[in-house]
Amino acid sequence: MVLKIEAKWEIPYVHSAGEHATRFFEALKEKRILGVRCPRCGRVLVPPRAFCERCYVDTDEWVEVKDEGVIETLTINYARFTGLPEPPYAVGIVKLDGADTGMLAYLGGVDLSDWKKAHERLKIGTRVRAVWKDEPEGRITDILYFKPVEE
Amino acid sequence: MKRVAVVGVGQTRFRTRRDDKTHPELTREAVSRALDHAGISMEDVDAFVFGTMDPFDGINCPDRWSSTAAGFGKPFMKISTGGTTGLTTGIAAYQHVASGMFDVVVAVCTQRVGENVDAQPVLNTAVDPIYEGHSGVGAISVAAIQATAHMQRFGTTEEQMAWVSVKDHESALKNPYAHIRKRLSVEDVLSSPVISSPLKLYECCPRSDGSVAIVFASEERAKEIRDNPAWILAESSISDSYFVGDRPDLAVWDSLSIAGRRLYRLAGVDDPKRDIDVAELYSPFTIQEILELEALGFAEKGEGARLAEEGVTFADGDMPTNPSGGVLCTNPIGATGLVRLGEASLQVMGEASNQVDGAEVALAHAWGERCSSTP
Ligand SMILES: [Zn+2]
Repeated sequence: MVLKIEAKWEIPYVHSAGEHATRFFEALKEKRILGVRCPRCGRVLVPPRAFCERCYVDTDEWVEVKDEGVIETLTINYARFTGLPEPPYAVGIVKLDGADTGMLAYLGGVDLSDWKKAHERLKIGTRVRAVWKDEPEGRITDILYFKPVEE
Repeated sequence: MKRVAVVGVGQTRFRTRRDDKTHPELTREAVSRALDHAGISMEDVDAFVFGTMDPFDGINCPDRWSSTAAGFGKPFMKISTGGTTGLTTGIAAYQHVASGMFDVVVAVCTQRVGENVDAQPVLNTAVDPIYEGHSGVGAISVAAIQATAHMQRFGTTEEQMAWVSVKDHESALKNPYAHIRKRLSVEDVLSSPVISSPLKLYECCPRSDGSVAIVFASEERAKEIRDNPAWILAESSISDSYFVGDRPDLAVWDSLSIAGRRLYRLAGVDDPKRDIDVAELYSPFTIQEILELEALGFAEKGEGARLAEEGVTFADGDMPTNPSGGVLCTNPIGATGLVRLGEASLQVMGEASNQVDGAEVALAHAWGERCSSTP
């Protein structure tokens, strides 16, 4: 038996979002989703960033994309982890109409108790639409989740 | 560039916790074993490269603490690159020698994940705090979305993924250093709790405490030190997009394919299936071994899922993969990549615990910080 000594890290930080993300968050307050177009490869990047990493050029052409798109892939978390939401919850990558990149997002509006049934309901290619917070605050969490569009 | 060989490998026994030893004591255990294996002493070592992920250890710059066990007063460099840390540390040590600056360099990685009461808060800080900090994505989720994509795109089944776990657990039974040593059936894997769909508990790696050290030597020194050094043919690494959603297709691992092709060109490998005898891949989740086998040219796209099921990737199969038991059975996070290189080296030396008959060329791989890869 050896002695054990407790320790803990609790270190506050304040991150800068930068000018590009700030503009994106401002638009969320109006329930609008913005991206930027790369002047060289033409890809519309969502969420927007100040340069295209592939072309290494600045991006300054802003475009509005739809709050609707398709699921590219997903998972449903059933385990409880510190700092993560209460399970079960679904996260996936949603490619919004008008965007060339996918956005990490919560998926919802579907019963998650049986993962196989839920995967069928949210399968790749499923069209989804954003469910917004009633009074957006300019945070990524203003988009509560994406839910399947009823045909 | 000078020719370089691995001439010594030392590992600690990996466990959930190693309460018997402190960080520097663990480091010393691995370094001593590697020096003993090489048959050299501390005086013969010209420099050290040390790898670890600070937040898991709970010490800012634990390398400073452990440096007393890694060559007091000698040239010292610290590497910290997420899951790839171990292999990046090995590559840095290799480059120290290949450049001609040093003749004998030790790479050592120590990680004490067990002392991190819950690793999730650390993993939570691995994402961009601006856009993805509230995304609910843990370490397993990224592998899980790869699995969902692979299953729908190629028809990969839950049973096929489970076979990867069965194979690794079978292999770990022969590895005295492995953390998890327990025989599993496909049924055991499939009936274990779903963690992040479609991945189940036994498809996910453990968190392990331990240390590993590797001695690299220049050609002249390597020949003096041992008869069967493991020569390094080439290394290659690549970075990938930060946001997972930027990847055009999550059912394939494009960046790893590119890194693999660069590696094969440098190493003179024309056909990896034919020219490489054994692979130690960084696959903390079953699906990732499948993606890696495909990206590295051991299987066509969509065909990797069949390999474990058909016995091809078992230690006695045509393409032995993770005969040590792999990351699914042992995962000292910032040390894991160096364990892969150590095990691959032992295979080439003919001294591995689960030795592949006639292994002459081995491949070690790691990825980390979301899918950048280093074969
Ligand atoms: Zn571009």
